[in-house]
Formats: sequence, C-alpha cells, structure tokens
Amino acid sequence: MNKQSILLISHGNFEKVFLEKIAKDISHEFLYPVYLEESSIDISDFYDPMRRQYDGNRLLIEINSFTSPGFTKKVGLFRVDLFIPILTYIFGQATFKGSSGLASLYRLRNEQYGMPKDDIVLLNRFKKVIIHELGHTLGLIHCHIPSCVMRSSTYVEDIDQKSHNLCINCRTKIGMV
Amino acid sequence: MLSSVSILIVDDEESVRDSLYNWFIDDGYQVDCAENAKQALTILESKNYDIILADIKMPGMDGLEMHQRIKSLNNDSIVIIMTAFASVSTAVQALKDGAYDYITKPFDPDDLSHLIRNAASQISLKAENEALRDKVVTLENVENIIGSSKAMLKVLKEVEKVAQSNSPVIITGESGTGKELVAKAIHSNSHRKFFPLVSVHCGALTESLLESELFGHEKGAFTGAMFNRKGRFEMADGGTIFLDEIATISLKMQIELLRVLQTKTFIRVGGNKEITSDFRVICATNKDLMQMVEMGAFREDLYYRLNVVNITVPPLRERNDDIPLLVEHFIDKYCTSMSRDTIPINPRAMKQLKESYFPGNVRELENIIERAIVIGNDKEICVKDLPYQKETISSSIESLEDLEKTHLLQILNKYNWNISRSAKALKIDRVTLYNKIKKYKLKTSN
Repeated sequence: MNKQSILLISHGNFEKVFLEKIAKDISHEFLYPVYLEESSIDISDFYDPMRRQYDGNRLLIEINSFTSPGFTKKVGLFRVDLFIPILTYIFGQATFKGSSGLASLYRLRNEQYGMPKDDIVLLNRFKKVIIHELGHTLGLIHCHIPSCVMRSSTYVEDIDQKSHNLCINCRTKIGMV
Repeated sequence: MLSSVSILIVDDEESVRDSLYNWFIDDGYQVDCAENAKQALTILESKNYDIILADIKMPGMDGLEMHQRIKSLNNDSIVIIMTAFASVSTAVQALKDGAYDYITKPFDPDDLSHLIRNAASQISLKAENEALRDKVVTLENVENIIGSSKAMLKVLKEVEKVAQSNSPVIITGESGTGKELVAKAIHSNSHRKFFPLVSVHCGALTESLLESELFGHEKGAFTGAMFNRKGRFEMADGGTIFLDEIATISLKMQIELLRVLQTKTFIRVGGNKEITSDFRVICATNKDLMQMVEMGAFREDLYYRLNVVNITVPPLRERNDDIPLLVEHFIDKYCTSMSRDTIPINPRAMKQLKESYFPGNVRELENIIERAIVIGNDKEICVKDLPYQKETISSSIESLEDLEKTHLLQILNKYNWNISRSAKALKIDRVTLYNKIKKYKLKTSN
C-alpha cells in the first residue's frame, strides 16, 4: 500500500462507538484511512509488580512486532497505567519517525483525579494523545505553539488546553500543506 | 533554542538510555548515548555537549568519578546526576562537587522537562554573558589607542609585553596623552581582565579621603562613616588598581602605599582586621618622579617598587602623523554619540590641525573635534569650526607675513567673511582688507 494508513489496536474493553469516533477524527486530521482491530495479547506479561504499572517500552516493542501488512502506522490503545523506566507514568509514547506508538486512557480519566466521570472529556483527551503520538511517528517533535496537538503535555490539564489539531508549522513539516 | 542544545545520556541500563533518548528527541534536542563512563569520556574527548545526564551507579566507573574526570577535561558541560532514591546522599555529594542538579529515578515527567529547560536557559545565559564579556573586553582593548606613528607603535608593543606579567607599571607622559587608556589596555590584555580595573585619581582627594578611599573604613571610623566600606585595594582583588597622578600623594600616604605593595595586606581605617588583596598596580604621572626623588618629595624606595616597568606616552607634538587618524576617530566617536551621520573634515581644516600645537595633547584635540561637530554645519568640519586662538597658531609659522595671513583668515572666518565687520575687528579700513585678501590670495573655506 503506497498511501499511509493507520491501524488502531485496542487492548482491553473499549466501547466500539468510542473507538469509531476516535478513528474518524484521526482520519480527518491526517487524511489517512484509519482501521480498528482488537488485540488478543496477554498484557499481564508486561506488568511490573514493583511499580504496579505496565512497561510501556516493552509494549511498544510488542506493537512494533505486530504483523499488520499494508499498515504504515500502528498505535496500541490501552486502559492500564503505563510507565517507562525513567518516568513515573506516561500517557503514551511512540517511536520517532517509526511505525508504532501507544496510548493509554488510564490517567486521562477524570476519576483518577477525584473528579466526576466525563466521557466527552475522556474521548477528547485520548484522541489528542493518539494524534500526538502519531505525529512523533511522522517525525514531528514537540511544538511550542500552545494550541498545537504536538505541544508537550505532562498533566491532563495540559492536554485539555491544546486542540486536537496540528498547527500550520507541523502540518507543513509533514507535507500536509 | 532547544534544537541547538546537545545532551549526552550516560547509563548502563539500555531501557533508561532508550527512554531518555526518545523523550529528548521528541523535545527536539540533539541526543547521544553512552553505556558507561569510559565510553562517555571517550566521546567527550572529541565532542562537547551542553548537558550530560549521568547515572550515579554504573559498573567500572561511577557517575561521581566520571564527573570529576569531566571537570579535569576542562569541559564546561552542565552535569545532571541521575540517582535511585536510595543514593540521594551520594547525589548531594555530586552537587557539592559542582554538578548542576540531580534527579531521582523514576522522574516525574514535569520534573525532567523543567530540569532540562532550566539547564538550557542557563546555557543560553552563559553564552550571552560570554558574548557581553567579549564586547566589554573589545571596548577596552588596544584598538582604542589610536596611532600608527613609530612612537605609538613602540608604546603598544610595550603594552603587549607588560600585560602578561604582574609587575607594577609607571606610565609617564604629559596631561592628555592617554595614560589611562594605556592602563586600560594593559589590564584588558592581562590574565586579570575578567576582574575589575579600579581607578583612583589621587590628585583629586585629600590625604584623609585618599586613605579611606584606598583602604576602606569601618563604621564609625570618623565622622560620617555610617557604614563599613570597602577600599579600592579590596575592590581590585584579582584585578588591577590604577593610581593616577601618583606624584600628588603625601609622604605619609607614600609610606602606607609602600607597605601595601610589599605585603598586599592592609587594614581598613578604624578597623583591626588585616585584609589581603591580590592586585596589580599601575601608576601614572605627568611629573618627573626621579627628579622628585632627588628633591625629597617622593620616596626612593616607593619609586623603585613602582618603577619596575616604565612606559612613556609621547606628547602629540612628537607624533603629528597620528593627527589625521585621531581626528577621524574622534569624528566617528562624537557623530555616533550624537546620532549623526559621520562627516568629513575639510582638507584645509585638517592641514590647520596638523600644523597646530596642542599643549593639552590628545585631550585638547578631542575637545576641538567635539566642539567642531556641535557648532558645525553638519556637512563637514571647516576651518571656521576650529576654535583657533592666538596661542594655538601653528608653531611652524615663522615669518610675519605668514602670521598676518593666518590671522586675517581667522578673523574673516570668524565673521563669515563679512568684510566690514572683519575690517572693524582688525582695526583697518575695508580697502586695506581687500588689498590684503588679494595679496595673500585668501579664499573662503566654503
């Protein structure tokens, strides 16, 4: 397949409607077709009992090895708490200029911060994290423009403040203008 | 700015290196990795990094030892130590040894971002500081001593030679020859250039004031001493003290000065604590100190203590060839400071200057040019803009005719070639003036 296409691989229970909305918006942002697939891998192998979290680095390697002919970008979607050895947590990560990324909605939930559940907010945050990680796979670095989805976010509030769109500079860099 | 910052990650754990690498790449930094201290030091021999992020516990050589080795390489990278929670005390030791900061693994994403951002901004400030420092040094450099005459080139050569040593220097020369500029040039070309050059105009201060000025004073040492105050010797620690008009200091102060020069220690006025200061002394005078020694007005021992190197700045009359260069320099200087376009000098005005005698030396010439720019027509400096008085009439004029011609021209220029007013000032009639203009073929400079 010459054209870029994106595969979202979900791990755990995600509502179909929720995933379809995300796929649609991501497709709209990158103008690539986005497909959904459910994973059957046992993520308990990636659990670190010391940190009580799942190892994001190993999961990224796993997603990278996932056979998906015809897809140029793959993003694993998770519901569990992810970490990498140097950081206490991550919302997502990706291989820079690579083909794989991952994102988790665990720390994007309002309930995590003692606030009432809000599915719309959760959807928006998750969508932004996935677009952000896809941006890295396309070779985009963190952007200093506050509204750009490529702006670095360490807290959910940071995610809420940015839009789910790439700024004109980032779009130009990946040849979308 | 971010993309220009380079980071070297040193950690024996591959997962840590990879995670950090990806994290920094995402932020747009230039990143390299080393899996141990030895590899890092090899990399550092050929490449410099702005930030080195090193794990404290590594096999072979730990982060602390590596930090020491990096310092010995004279590498000015910012070193950040990564540590596990249990080894915080060791990280504190690293801070004491000069590391920029430490961060405990695993990091909060925000902490890491902040740490790197702060380090990057320190790098940027440091670069800015160095650029400004270079600028300041340039301002005080020998380029400010204008002149290509043999006499001035000799002075510059002497400056270059003595700058590298710590020896006291006496700069002699008439008033206005630029003795202070020579002192600045010596200081700014010495290894003391990043420390202060403290100037004291000894002739402007009374004996008691000079004592307090040089040595400082303690609160209550005398009426009006409300606070402790550092003296000039203390301020010049690491740098140079320039004592202008050294010949004017009293015999009592000469004894004090000799003692300070011998021991480099002194006590503040009203104090009892001995203070040590590392300074170089440069003095200047327009007097013949040797003659003063013979007359008993200047201590012989102090003279020999100060007169290790003697630089004589020639008067302007001995370097007339430098006048055009000096004139151009001052035109440039004052036009710039007055936010005007640089103007040329009329050849006749330049000739006049070259033939003139300047008892006040370069300072007098500078004042003349400044005045000419202020009162001039903004297009060029003409003869009429030069404030020639009888005493500044060219020393090369010997005949009465030449003197008359020059004087006539001055008066005519003064009154804008108004014949009636000029004749009145000269106390001759208009016809006589016309005849003289014709006789000497005088023409208006405009």
